[in-house]
Amino acid sequence: MKGHGRIIEYALSTLARRKFKNFSVAAVFSVLIAVLSSILFLMHAYKTETLKLLDNSPEIILQNMSGGRHELIPTEYIGTLSGIAGVGQITPRYWGYYYDSLTSANYTLMAFDETMRDVKPIDGRMPAADGECAVGRGVADLRQVGIKDDIFLTLGTEQNVNLKIVGTFTANSAILTNDLVVLTKADLIKFFNMPADKATDITIEVNNPAEVSMVARKIRRTFPDSRPILKNELLRTYDNIFNWRGGIVLIMFFGAIAAFMIFVWDKATGINAEERQEIGILKAIGWETSDVLQLKFWEGVVVSLSSFLTGLILAYMHVFYFHAQFLAPVLKGWSVLFPKFEPMPYIDIYQIFVLFFLTVVPYVAACVVPSWKAAISDPDSVMR
Amino acid sequence: MIFHPGVLALVTGSVIVLVMTLFSVILALRIIIGWDITKSTARQLILERQTYLVAVIMKYVMGFQILSLFLFIYTADDIHQLFVGAMCATGSLNANPIGWPVLFTKIVIFFLCCLWLAINHIDELAEDYPLVRFKYKYLAAITPVIALETYWQLDYFLGLRANVITSCCSSLFSDEGVTVASSLASVPVDTAMYIFYITAAIEIALLSALLLKKTASPRLRYISGVSSFIFFIVSIMSIIAFVSIYYYETPVHHCPFDILQRQYMFIGYPLYGSLFGGVVFGLAAAVTEPFRKIASIRPAIDHIQRRWTKISIVLIIVFIIIATWPVIFSNFKAYDGVLKPPTGGTGVKGDYPPSSLIFYCCVKEKSCVS
Repeated sequence: MKGHGRIIEYALSTLARRKFKNFSVAAVFSVLIAVLSSILFLMHAYKTETLKLLDNSPEIILQNMSGGRHELIPTEYIGTLSGIAGVGQITPRYWGYYYDSLTSANYTLMAFDETMRDVKPIDGRMPAADGECAVGRGVADLRQVGIKDDIFLTLGTEQNVNLKIVGTFTANSAILTNDLVVLTKADLIKFFNMPADKATDITIEVNNPAEVSMVARKIRRTFPDSRPILKNELLRTYDNIFNWRGGIVLIMFFGAIAAFMIFVWDKATGINAEERQEIGILKAIGWETSDVLQLKFWEGVVVSLSSFLTGLILAYMHVFYFHAQFLAPVLKGWSVLFPKFEPMPYIDIYQIFVLFFLTVVPYVAACVVPSWKAAISDPDSVMR
Repeated sequence: MIFHPGVLALVTGSVIVLVMTLFSVILALRIIIGWDITKSTARQLILERQTYLVAVIMKYVMGFQILSLFLFIYTADDIHQLFVGAMCATGSLNANPIGWPVLFTKIVIFFLCCLWLAINHIDELAEDYPLVRFKYKYLAAITPVIALETYWQLDYFLGLRANVITSCCSSLFSDEGVTVASSLASVPVDTAMYIFYITAAIEIALLSALLLKKTASPRLRYISGVSSFIFFIVSIMSIIAFVSIYYYETPVHHCPFDILQRQYMFIGYPLYGSLFGGVVFGLAAAVTEPFRKIASIRPAIDHIQRRWTKISIVLIIVFIIIATWPVIFSNFKAYDGVLKPPTGGTGVKGDYPPSSLIFYCCVKEKSCVS
């Protein structure tokens, strides 16, 4: 162990002697690691945030299908649904999208119902009477309105509503509520001109989580034209989507990893006469080839570890302090009214592991042969 | 195919490792053909230098293989979310039939690489490289295994299909009833405990017997090697059969991977680390026995075998302590066929299959009468 300590000490001094060359490798390496780890950190943050949100979503969402497209669902289904064993609370939901030509943005309009009592925190209150509404932060900012102001939505001469804002959702729930306008059921039905006996979809609670897929199967048998969407499937799908996006972006950087390997190979191969002489002297004073290889190994450890840590710190700052400004549009998707999203700082060992494989392994692979070539140089031929 | 960062990292790592191994095999074959220690030609000098390169590459390959074993388990655990019915890495491995063979190959490669390093270490201690041909033939022999592992791993990840929502209807209904089994069958707790402690006692007795005399008899050494191997298999089965349920304090949870997680204080790492380490050193001490015939390395082997045996004993004792700890100190009691829930409740007598969900419900309801 003592021997290793001495070799590390010597490795540090050789690295310090060739500051510029080693610094350039470490800088490039750090940037590469920073980019890759930003992708992983951000993807993880999005994934946890989305999955956390979905935790509160109902076990089954039932949609009606017509011609392979999502259709309004008859509310008379509810009677039949409540007859299925194991089914808990059934709630019809009324909602839709509204394109606001004034601000060129899409809003989500949703009718207030009892299940939304939990949607907090808000300033003010939820709409209680017709003509009232609560809006998300994004909508309020875009239309430059606040509580007690009016907001006018129109789909033509017949379908329009003038709503008084009685509440706004605060930034804490931005990812859910940013583009949301909550109004009363009557207002929404009037605005979208929906038939009285139809809803947008139906949410179904299932008392025993183990029975969810059985209940879904029964629903599908009873209403062959419907599409039950399970919470678990939503979770899996989002998980997969974020994995996929992150993976694709990572693959785009494989070229960069390859380029870096070539760069390292080149730097490590191109040792100059001075370095060669140094190794020659070391061997002349009794170092063995394996000692020189060990020296090279420790040099590699120092460079890759310090770049690894620098890269991680850069990525941490980029993602968690600067909200991943360079990467967010790619991983998040885009929209005029996209919520401002502050990722929760979190790093786990798994991510470090993955990063290690993606960066340090290629680095080491690129270094092996050049450092061996340096280590076997003959003392008498290089000192001559 | 799942574009998961962990999957990409594993595949990239494996390809790089394979390329490095192939490169060193080419060098190894050249060394096997041209090696002649008695000559002092330029060619022989070059070959001698190349042995260093092969050794360095193999050390890295070895390091990556160990890490990739853990990364593989970690990744399998992370992607379980994507499969219906999967609850941990076990479910992900079941999701594609090739999953378990990949894991087993990774473990086999781990042992093969460790033994190669052991042989290489002994060879480097001698002045005349007596084991050069042998170790490079060995290297050439394990390369196909590494190639196979890389291929199977790719095949495994390519064959995974996440159960996601499809446009027509939920995927659940399109392949009705096909879900992933997420538990492992296991032997009854008390039987497993008897077998484990008896095997452990034999293993430690054999290893200690090796240390009694200055040079142990070759036969004893080979027997201890076999016993190390058996101990490894029995230990893995015991982790599934009883160590896991004591750590999880749940009578139906037999997953050998969850103990690597944070909620169990990463206890899986010292547990598996000490087991793998102990077995590797035990095996290495036995495998190097035939080389004792070579005069130039006999003293070195004597010394090293003793050291490896000592390390093996220490690590195996550490492993047994970690495995036994919860059996003695946890609230959870499961012995004599009487399984009791962690806090109070009625013990349920009877011969329930350990992975039966009904039993779990019984424990939860505390009302089941056998």
